[in-house]
Amino acid sequence: MKKVVKDVEEALEGIESGMTLMLGGFGLCGIPEKCIEALSKKPEITNLTCISNNAGVDEFGLGLLLKNRQIKKMISSYVGENAEFERQMLSGELEVELTPQGTLAEKCRAGGAGIPAFFTPAGYGTEVAEGKESREYNGKMYILEESLVSDYSIVKAWKGDTKGNLVFKATARNFNPAMAMAGTITIAEVEHLVEPGELDPNEIHTPGIFVHRIFEGKDYEKRIEQKTISQ
Amino acid sequence: MLKKEDIAKRIAEELQDGWYVNLGIGIPTLVANYIPKGVDVTLQSENGLLGMGPFPTEENIDADLINAGKQTITTMPGSVFFDSSDSFAMIRAGKVQLTVLGAMEVDQNGDIANWKIPGKMVKGMGGAMDLVASAENIIVAMMHTNRAGESKILKKCSLPLTGVNCVTKVVTNLAVLEVKDGAFHLLERAPGVTVGEIQNATDGELIIAGEVPEMKL
Repeated sequence: MKKVVKDVEEALEGIESGMTLMLGGFGLCGIPEKCIEALSKKPEITNLTCISNNAGVDEFGLGLLLKNRQIKKMISSYVGENAEFERQMLSGELEVELTPQGTLAEKCRAGGAGIPAFFTPAGYGTEVAEGKESREYNGKMYILEESLVSDYSIVKAWKGDTKGNLVFKATARNFNPAMAMAGTITIAEVEHLVEPGELDPNEIHTPGIFVHRIFEGKDYEKRIEQKTISQ
Repeated sequence: MLKKEDIAKRIAEELQDGWYVNLGIGIPTLVANYIPKGVDVTLQSENGLLGMGPFPTEENIDADLINAGKQTITTMPGSVFFDSSDSFAMIRAGKVQLTVLGAMEVDQNGDIANWKIPGKMVKGMGGAMDLVASAENIIVAMMHTNRAGESKILKKCSLPLTGVNCVTKVVTNLAVLEVKDGAFHLLERAPGVTVGEIQNATDGELIIAGEVPEMKL
């Protein structure tokens, strides 16, 4: 089966209003910026549930979809960098499920690993635990968290081959591998698309079995949120 | 009274050779500047890095290399990248020996609140709930009182909790406190600060045993 698609338009085929998307990235680092930008140019796609650690900034990343009111619900761990997000959340226009970051990562990993739920200590005794089963193991309390899967997972990698194998760079890896696993259909946008055999099998992070569509994006902006420099 | 840098300096004395340490945003980040000579610690950044180094020079900035505060950083020799689920696997399994983080409130049960002010600030918990539920040592770096002079060292937290019964030590601008057996134990005073002043600034139960030494910085 051919996984390579010719462009971002073909990659996004089939995404419809009301679907659940996972989007990789931490802050603006490692986000699938080409796919997000293309989705923002399809304002007819609305009522999306987006699972992403953060919600972008006002003019970049998921902030573009928020501005268009394409998102109905966000499942995230930290959303502090986006004024429009905060406005929509406080006014009740946007539904938000704040989830501890490790729990969010494990919900994706477990979902992609065929495990429907798991116990974690994170959030025990807090409002995150409300309505969830808790249980003691070896003298410590844990809460039951259900895993997540998506209709489409959209991830960004540094390099990929036409078989869908992916290699990530530095901390741009973050949520991308776990979300790639949890997609019913997983779309990977990569900076460098190469032929099979060009990636060392020892150094592949995400096996191509988890990736259904792949394309090479051009001219990545890779916006930096907090530029900090040593003097 | 301690400046923020002094709080970080005092916390750095708690570091032990060989530890993996996660430093939160704010004062905790400054701890990295005061790691004692001869103590080898590896900094974990929960977005997927062990072996975090200092900020880069202008020409070495890499948009793909940031810390959990979204700041551009560098790596140390021997560093390693991993994905978010592995990152929290090592955190939950207790491989990270120490977490240092800020707080809006702590209480004598070791409960901590630092992620939400209902109706006002709702940014999310990030990795804080996973971190406080997991590390053996949780040190909180904070001011003893708020801007109105009210204690943040409480009998019972009033804000939504981040974790329960987890804080082991608190280092403030006034004192070093150990949290155990349902009370704050006064270990050290900031230079020039009296036990009475600390008592007045503390809402929670404060145990004072004998002479309380002044912090050495």
